Amino acid sequence: MITHLGAWFDRRLQLAAPIREAAEHPVPRNTASWLYVFGSAALVVFLLQLVTGILLALIYVPSASEAWSSLQALNHDVTLGWFIRALHGWGSNFMVAIVLIHMVQVFLFGAYKFPRELTWIVGVFLLLMTLGMAFTGQVLRFDQDAYWGLGIGASIASRVPILGGSIVKMMLGGPIIAGATLSRFFALHVFVIPGTLIGLVGLHLLMVLKLGINEWPMPGRLVKRASYANEYHELTKNDGAPFVPYAVWKDLFFAAFILLAVAACALYFGPFGPTGRPDPTIIQTVPKPDYFFLWLYALLSLLPPSMETPALLIGPVIAIGVLVLLPFLSGEGEKSWRRRPIAVLTVLLIAIILGTFTHLAGFTPWSPHMNAWSGDPVPEKVLHGTTALQRQGALVFQAKQCRNCHSIGESGGQRGPTLDGVAVRLTEDQLIRQVIQGGGNMPAYGNNLSPAETTALVAFLETLHPAGQTPAHNAAIGEAREKSASSQ
Amino acid sequence: MSNENTISRRGLFMKMGILFNGLVAAALAVPVVRFLLSSITRGRANAYLSWVSLGSVSEFPEGETRLATFRNPYVTPTDGTTVGTACWVRRVAGEQFQVFAVNCAHLGCPVRWFPQSGLFMCPCHGGAYYRDGSRASGPPERGLFEYPYKVENGLVTIQAGELPTPGSPTASLVGKKPPCAA
Repeated sequence: MITHLGAWFDRRLQLAAPIREAAEHPVPRNTASWLYVFGSAALVVFLLQLVTGILLALIYVPSASEAWSSLQALNHDVTLGWFIRALHGWGSNFMVAIVLIHMVQVFLFGAYKFPRELTWIVGVFLLLMTLGMAFTGQVLRFDQDAYWGLGIGASIASRVPILGGSIVKMMLGGPIIAGATLSRFFALHVFVIPGTLIGLVGLHLLMVLKLGINEWPMPGRLVKRASYANEYHELTKNDGAPFVPYAVWKDLFFAAFILLAVAACALYFGPFGPTGRPDPTIIQTVPKPDYFFLWLYALLSLLPPSMETPALLIGPVIAIGVLVLLPFLSGEGEKSWRRRPIAVLTVLLIAIILGTFTHLAGFTPWSPHMNAWSGDPVPEKVLHGTTALQRQGALVFQAKQCRNCHSIGESGGQRGPTLDGVAVRLTEDQLIRQVIQGGGNMPAYGNNLSPAETTALVAFLETLHPAGQTPAHNAAIGEAREKSASSQ
Repeated sequence: MSNENTISRRGLFMKMGILFNGLVAAALAVPVVRFLLSSITRGRANAYLSWVSLGSVSEFPEGETRLATFRNPYVTPTDGTTVGTACWVRRVAGEQFQVFAVNCAHLGCPVRWFPQSGLFMCPCHGGAYYRDGSRASGPPERGLFEYPYKVENGLVTIQAGELPTPGSPTASLVGKKPPCAA
């Protein structure tokens, strides 16, 4: 009966033969590896995103006045709404991570070389689309982070020469971040980018099928345009096995494992936000991007100001350009990572840079601690045995919010240097000059401190030196004072 | 049968059909592009900007800097809470004011005023500004954005309506101060 039904459909669809051919196409035996599962895992997580995205759209209202409340309803009222939100949010984190891992594997295995250049280029655009989904998705979680994140995006866009203002209005759909902004990011996140993604994923897969999966690279087996096609054909003929079931079982296991991991994270950690209402009159907020853009957040704090605009506008063009041109710059030759030390070092370097920046963005040493002056008391031990003037200085130190940028006893901001041993580094005169005139990225406090306050503050700072180390002093002035004292 | 130099009747019709579609597409593209660009074209010649009141002069004590909020003059029905906007109002003396955007001149995060140290500080990337809005330290390349203001009938009004960014009118309507004018 089922065979009959199947035959009836296939008589009309005629899809059975091509599907069987695609499933059973021979792949080199050693590609049935646990290192070849990331592409299919990315696809599976993408499908999870499609399904959970549609489920969220059943409740979510893409309106600036309703979106936040509808997310609250999803979190608290709708049965398991929180879980679907959590699945979608964690799914996006996993998708970015798996796409990046897939990209690193493909790069280290030389899979971008002839004849798979276009597969790689389409993959680069798939990465960009994935990041685009991540950013627009963060905007749809229309909360304070989303609002100020859009502000940062607009500020970056506005730096484009001449066209900047117009690009911002185009991006926001009007003069400010408001209703039209959310509507257009909804259209991007739900129609434009996913549509493009589906098309590009289809193209990407089609090429993997047509050109065959990249063989396991052997050191010394070089890619040559003239002979590669024959060599690959020989390989699959002599040492090949049908993709289904020989290799596919590992993809299936890993895909299920990843889905389980997403679900476990969703269950344990719950959904992301939303944080406070997107009300721009509430300025007591510390906006932060989602984790995959934290490295950028750190980079924007650490770049010298003059390099920022060029880096923001030219950097992405260069990065995308290098990725797209990569298969043309090294389309032939060695595939194995064992013989490509520069490729391995490049991956390590980029991973370390991104990791370090992401780590730094976790505790933002470059930002003043807005509440340090009222929250972190001056440690008692630095006040032991101090004079009245020095204690007055400690009060000035606290009240003028020096703690927001400077730490004592490991509490306080990290924007400026820690002041635990400042008296060893600077003489009294240098301290006065630094406080009044600022410099080296410190604001000048001359307009904001009375002479008495400055005297007290510097007297306090003079006491900050480790036991056993004498404070710095200006030898010339000391000598001059002694001379004038002895001559009297 | 046609050879390479002649065009068959069917071939000509096909080409005319393609041309016809091209003309219709071009005609339809005009309204589509105008629709897409409407957020830009509508705002030409600073049409998004209007004068809005922040309250009476007496609400702002002399020599102090206070947070004021206003409703953005250009609104759409679905804007919700996003039409509210905050700004920092510094009453220098008498009717002399400075009205700063809360948006940091670096990347737009909301700066906070600390009267004790006389600084605006940004929570995102560590920008700091003096009480007159000029840059004190950190990544910003310029001082805070200032709204043009006037005092009318005892009310402080500012010209606002666009998100202050380096590319918006707010960035240039009020002249930049030299960085040393602290």
